[in-house]
Amino acid sequence: MIDYADAYQVQMECVKQVTKDETQKLIFCEHPAVLTLGRLAVDQHIFATADELNKLGVAVHRIDRGGEVTLHAPGQLVIYPILNLNTWKKDLHAYLHSLEEVAIDLLKEFDIVAERNSGKTGVWVQHKKIVSIGVGVKKWISYHGLAINVNTDLKLFSLIRPCGLDVSMTSMKEILGRDINLKDIKKHLIKIFSKQFNLHIDE
Amino acid sequence: MNKLILPELGEGITKAMIAGWHKNPGEAVKRDEDMVEVATDKAIFNIASPCDGVVNELRFKEGQEVQIGEVLAFIK
Repeated sequence: MIDYADAYQVQMECVKQVTKDETQKLIFCEHPAVLTLGRLAVDQHIFATADELNKLGVAVHRIDRGGEVTLHAPGQLVIYPILNLNTWKKDLHAYLHSLEEVAIDLLKEFDIVAERNSGKTGVWVQHKKIVSIGVGVKKWISYHGLAINVNTDLKLFSLIRPCGLDVSMTSMKEILGRDINLKDIKKHLIKIFSKQFNLHIDE
Repeated sequence: MNKLILPELGEGITKAMIAGWHKNPGEAVKRDEDMVEVATDKAIFNIASPCDGVVNELRFKEGQEVQIGEVLAFIK
């Protein structure tokens, strides 16, 4: 569990290291409840007042990049791949596509059939969004990544219009009817990432 | 005058949107320092200055769409 802002600093440090040709990294974490607002976010996409957010213990964090409102909360597994795309493919859409593939393969391991939604980045189960994806790239080194709703309290999403879309969100817990251990997910993801990006991953 | 160009971002990507400038005209910039973020779908791409210099002109505003290969800014 790490604050969004602290995790961002860690990512930027890792980006610098990977730029210097050091080992690529996969960061797994959870964030305490936080709404992140990109430059394109408008206040109408937050339905709760500052007071209400305060009472619920939801922080608001403005970030210096595009994208709209995103919610992170405990029970959501966040993965920040810090990969050198120079040695993979210098292709933003191919990278987004591969992250979607990783999430779809992960959900398959839990017998959940997930799919893409044409024109919208992310992964969906029967028209409900389960995985949000947003990436940043500096000198073809990636940061940001995926947020998988594993055991996330879905009520929190009613506070916002996620990504400016009228979507409902779901979680692995909602679909499977039980809590899932994040460590199990991490194990599966390490395997899937190795295959998808042809990496050798040490824990 | 040096040019800051929107580079190739991947197969089939013909344009991107200016998500935010880090520099204003008249500001000094170093080689490899981030100048601008552009967005395509849910990806944000940072473009760094190709040289040391002073920002002369930003040719597009935040929110505008730009074609791959276009000149985004001039650096003196």
